[in-house]
Amino acid sequence: MGKIKVLTGNYSASEAAALCRPDLVAAYPITPQSSVVEYLSTMVHNGKIDANLVQVESEHSAMSVVQGAAAGGGRVFTATSAQGLALMYEPYFRMSTLRLPMVMALATREMTSPETVWSGQQDAMSVRDAGWIQVYCDDNQEIVDMVIQGYKIAENPKVLLPVNVCYDGFYSSHLTEGVDLPLQEEVDAFLPPVSFNHAVLDPDNPFALDPLTPGPLMMKYRKSHLDAMERALDVIEEVDKEFGDAFGRYYGGAISEYKTEDADVVIVTIAGMTGTGMDAVDIAREQGIKAGLIKLRFTRPFPANRIAKALKDKKAFAVIDRSVCFGWSQGPMHMEVKAALCDVDNQFCHFSAIGGLGGADISIDMILSTIRRLDKQKNEPGEKETQWYMVD
Amino acid sequence: MKEIRLHGRGGQGVVKASQILVKAAVAGKKHGQFIPFFGVERKGSPVFGYLRISNEPIRRKMQVYEPDSLVIMDDTLISLPTTYVGLKDGGSIIINSVKKIEDLHIPANAGKVTIVDATGISEEFLGRNIPNTAMLGAFARASGLVDKDEVMEEIEKTFGEVNRRAAEKAYEQAVSLKL
Repeated sequence: MGKIKVLTGNYSASEAAALCRPDLVAAYPITPQSSVVEYLSTMVHNGKIDANLVQVESEHSAMSVVQGAAAGGGRVFTATSAQGLALMYEPYFRMSTLRLPMVMALATREMTSPETVWSGQQDAMSVRDAGWIQVYCDDNQEIVDMVIQGYKIAENPKVLLPVNVCYDGFYSSHLTEGVDLPLQEEVDAFLPPVSFNHAVLDPDNPFALDPLTPGPLMMKYRKSHLDAMERALDVIEEVDKEFGDAFGRYYGGAISEYKTEDADVVIVTIAGMTGTGMDAVDIAREQGIKAGLIKLRFTRPFPANRIAKALKDKKAFAVIDRSVCFGWSQGPMHMEVKAALCDVDNQFCHFSAIGGLGGADISIDMILSTIRRLDKQKNEPGEKETQWYMVD
Repeated sequence: MKEIRLHGRGGQGVVKASQILVKAAVAGKKHGQFIPFFGVERKGSPVFGYLRISNEPIRRKMQVYEPDSLVIMDDTLISLPTTYVGLKDGGSIIINSVKKIEDLHIPANAGKVTIVDATGISEEFLGRNIPNTAMLGAFARASGLVDKDEVMEEIEKTFGEVNRRAAEKAYEQAVSLKL
């Protein structure tokens, strides 16, 4: 049993990172993530954690510095959002392709333009093919728990990949609520010291890391990376169980389901809209609609088999995205959920719903309108027009 | 679950005050949630936030459209259409003002109005207009949603003893009118 503390989403990420005993933290402030690293800096300054803190001049440097430290065998942490992630892209891609484990908090934010600092998931979605594991959190408790689980997954010898712990900018990063913060000895028992050694830079045993690599060998590296992603699907489930056994909180692994068992119509949610979606499902059920909810927790690796199984006997589904897929007139997670299903247009009524861009709200009423539309159209299989949560 | 919308101006302490109420709610074994709504941050611009206090876990993470209560830290904000909008029938308003109730354009469906001179109290105790802790005193009295002692304790922990005295004075002075 941990200690109940009242924290913002960002402070939840900082507290959890501190509990994982990082060797090094490097970061550059950017809204809405800034207070993650501000708080970690305070903890380093006060001696609460024994980590090296490197203040860098950009996100590109932040990722480069943590990359060097990880290549030196250290456990590292950083955080960013939106334009910061964009500036970080080059070493970001290299982090995963060097197979260096770490956890990075991503307080998701809309990408400019138009100029914005507010919530949206376009940043995280735009790097979903950069080789990282991505998990999306609904509440502050989940942020704490997934930072801790993140290291356990990332450092598993079957995986060895970096993990993004994503949560909504402002709606979660600045949301204050009570969380059960695990005790240090509990986290120490769950998360052993870092031990990966496949790419440790050591002056006494010099070797070249990342030399120019010819295509045929590159092919092997890529396949190995994809194989690790596949194995991560099992590791995610194992770690969820192990964490639940230790801390009493189970999240269901790569997806979780709410009232789907007898549902006709299902909404698929991601991150902070999930809690709102559960309230909407309850209201819809009071009104006689057999609604359910699937929460996409991990998007990389994509839990295609579990999604297919969860939707198997349903009539209709909508995937609600807080970002867009340019060129497809729908949201990216709708694209990917469809890709997980065979013969999707003959089996299901389905459509994409897009809302919450640039800080716009996703309300119960908006989600209810999606559920009602699904209920109305559930006996007409095929892809329907994308629903936009427009106001006025 | 009770939903409260707070209105103030940048620098008046809307966020800190709301976080204290969440802490007081959690200390009292309830659930609390606060989501600030930031515009383009600058001192003096209108800011608002959404506070929920509940006996059950709070799942929704969205704006508050039909508040049970409004907390208004600056009475010049009542001219904005976004301030009183959506108040539930019989809902309550806690407002920092020295004006008479007739001059506050209280919406017809309001059930209770609590007026407190939080600016005056903050100037008396703190020497400047940071009315949030005084508003917390008024909120503790008028809302009945959080325990007074928990609120006072959290104020003292966060802001020190002088702010606690400001809040205590506001608690005593807050006048509630049933409509």
